[in-house]
Amino acid sequence: MDFSSAFGLALRALGRNKMRSGLTMLGLIIGVGAVIAVIGIGEGAATAAQEQLTALGSNMLFIGSGSVNRYGMHVGSFQTKTLVLTDARAIVRECPSVSAAAPGTGTGQQVVYGNENWATQVTGTEPQYFEVRNWPFAIGTSFSDDDVTQAATVAVLGDTVRKYLFGSRNPIGETIRIGTLPFKVVGVLTAKGASPGSGQDQDDVIIAPLTTVQKKLLGQEWLRWIMVSAVSRQASYVAQQQMVSLLRDRHKIRSGDPDDFVVRNMADMADAAAEQGTVMTVLLTIVASIALLVGGIGIMNIMLVSVTERTREIGVRMAVGATEEDIRLQFLIEALVLGLIGGTIGVVFGVTSSLAVSQGLGWPIRISAYAIALSTVFAMATALFFGFYPARLASQLNPIEALRYE
Amino acid sequence: MANVTRVTTTKAVAANRSTPLVEVHDIRKNYQLGEMKVHALRGVSVNIQAGDFVAIMGASGSGKSTFMNILGCLDRPTSGRYFLEGTDVAVLTKKELAHIRNQKIGFVFQGFNLLGRTTALENTELPMLYSNTSKNDRERRAREALVQVGLGDRADHFPSQLSGGQQQRVAIARALVNQPRMLLADEPTGNLDSRTSVEVMEIFQKLNTEGLTIILVTHEPDIAQFAKREIVFRDGHIKRDDAVEVPHVAREVLKIMPTIKD
Repeated sequence: MDFSSAFGLALRALGRNKMRSGLTMLGLIIGVGAVIAVIGIGEGAATAAQEQLTALGSNMLFIGSGSVNRYGMHVGSFQTKTLVLTDARAIVRECPSVSAAAPGTGTGQQVVYGNENWATQVTGTEPQYFEVRNWPFAIGTSFSDDDVTQAATVAVLGDTVRKYLFGSRNPIGETIRIGTLPFKVVGVLTAKGASPGSGQDQDDVIIAPLTTVQKKLLGQEWLRWIMVSAVSRQASYVAQQQMVSLLRDRHKIRSGDPDDFVVRNMADMADAAAEQGTVMTVLLTIVASIALLVGGIGIMNIMLVSVTERTREIGVRMAVGATEEDIRLQFLIEALVLGLIGGTIGVVFGVTSSLAVSQGLGWPIRISAYAIALSTVFAMATALFFGFYPARLASQLNPIEALRYE
Repeated sequence: MANVTRVTTTKAVAANRSTPLVEVHDIRKNYQLGEMKVHALRGVSVNIQAGDFVAIMGASGSGKSTFMNILGCLDRPTSGRYFLEGTDVAVLTKKELAHIRNQKIGFVFQGFNLLGRTTALENTELPMLYSNTSKNDRERRAREALVQVGLGDRADHFPSQLSGGQQQRVAIARALVNQPRMLLADEPTGNLDSRTSVEVMEIFQKLNTEGLTIILVTHEPDIAQFAKREIVFRDGHIKRDDAVEVPHVAREVLKIMPTIKD
């Protein structure tokens, strides 16, 4: 029997029992649909995390003033006073793998504009900060190096702060009050969203010249952190080593004693995120395999029932000249068609439900052709695998007994 | 037989002169039924010439069904030889036997064995699915076969829409569609009323006149009288093998038979 007639035969056989065929396929439909939806959600989340890390700058390093063990007491991070502006200058000067460094400090402050007020973090830094963090302006510009030298009371707003203080109004040129001091707004940053590490809103911030924050808001000379940009992502590990040895040297830390600062490497975080992605993929694969296994068992079950029910038909077919291969092919193709139709409906179901979740919950979802192809192929392979035993059983029937079967 | 047109017939006549269509030598068939060994056939030898019309009679358990299954290449004898058109069938593989069933043998069963929810036409096409016949040829030949059994206007009916006699005629059309050398009918009238039975015999006699060899298993002596030759089985042996003196002519019988009124 040729393939196309076998295919037509299978379609009609399944069409005669639509309800049952539909229920048989349900397992595969749900399996394939779930795989596509879950992979879509997983990949969407991974992509979003990756994008946020890239936005943060994957070649970025962060040096924070550290915790230190003083008289047997552990003092929390950002507590040492040893990290200073000259450290930042020295890093740029002496570490060849570093392209830029932005020193900074910060303080929580109440800000007021007109009737609106908002509690936020005020970051003091230098203009290169925006470059290191790869953070473009929505409107306006950065403060200048002169503003830093003169400790000018100018400010750049994060998007969240702009929203709460100004709503739809243009804040450029307006004066806000931070603590007790009036500041002139010179720029607004683009929205960056939540931090991939801590989940903090990165846009809930005001950025002002380092010296202004140090002298007029904090009254401190030391730095809380330095943001460093390595020349490339690959160079970030070398840059880390160079900075650690330079800072230990400058802070006169004896070998064996702990650092009085901490260094965090964004490349590490990116790697960690990638690893999480791998773990997720493995878990999803297991879930998908179980779903398809259950679907496959459903197919096998129904095919076995079908073979028993159609024993006489098989007998007749054999009597009129069907070979064992013909019978086996017929039932295999029926299983395959179940897999194909079930897989296709599953794809449609998976894509629609992903889109619904994406719309309804606002989750970032990425439906990849890879997931669709993979789950369809697996659905068909499962159907074939579980269809083989019933098909073989049918082909091994004795025609005489099959014809007599009641 | 001078004005025959069917290709089969010409071949059958040619074969007639040299070798018999069916040549069976000392066939035995044993079954193992649990502890018991059943001797279904205990040495059967018979020749059937092309163009013959043989009725095989016998009580149940006489071995006639086993004999039919072997003739139909559905089963193989434990020992003995079976030549179909000079070919030793006993040595063929399952696949080759399937091919012989497809090409040389047409089956008609007591229970019709039509596929449900499948039209008369598609049922008739069934053997051609297994003989590499193009879709157009399949449909054309199936329609011809249905016309041959007088069901040309019922091609698109489902078995459930047809009477028993009509269903059996579809089964006969299916058996004829690949132009076999012989027609094997196993109790074809067992499920039919007496008038419809004779109608089926009329078709058989017509086909036989056209040259088709027919072997008919029946336990009804009346039905056997429509054949040319009667073989009676008992206990796995052929007990009697005689020509029917004056075969009944179905067309004549139908004329004097009362039509069944509802």
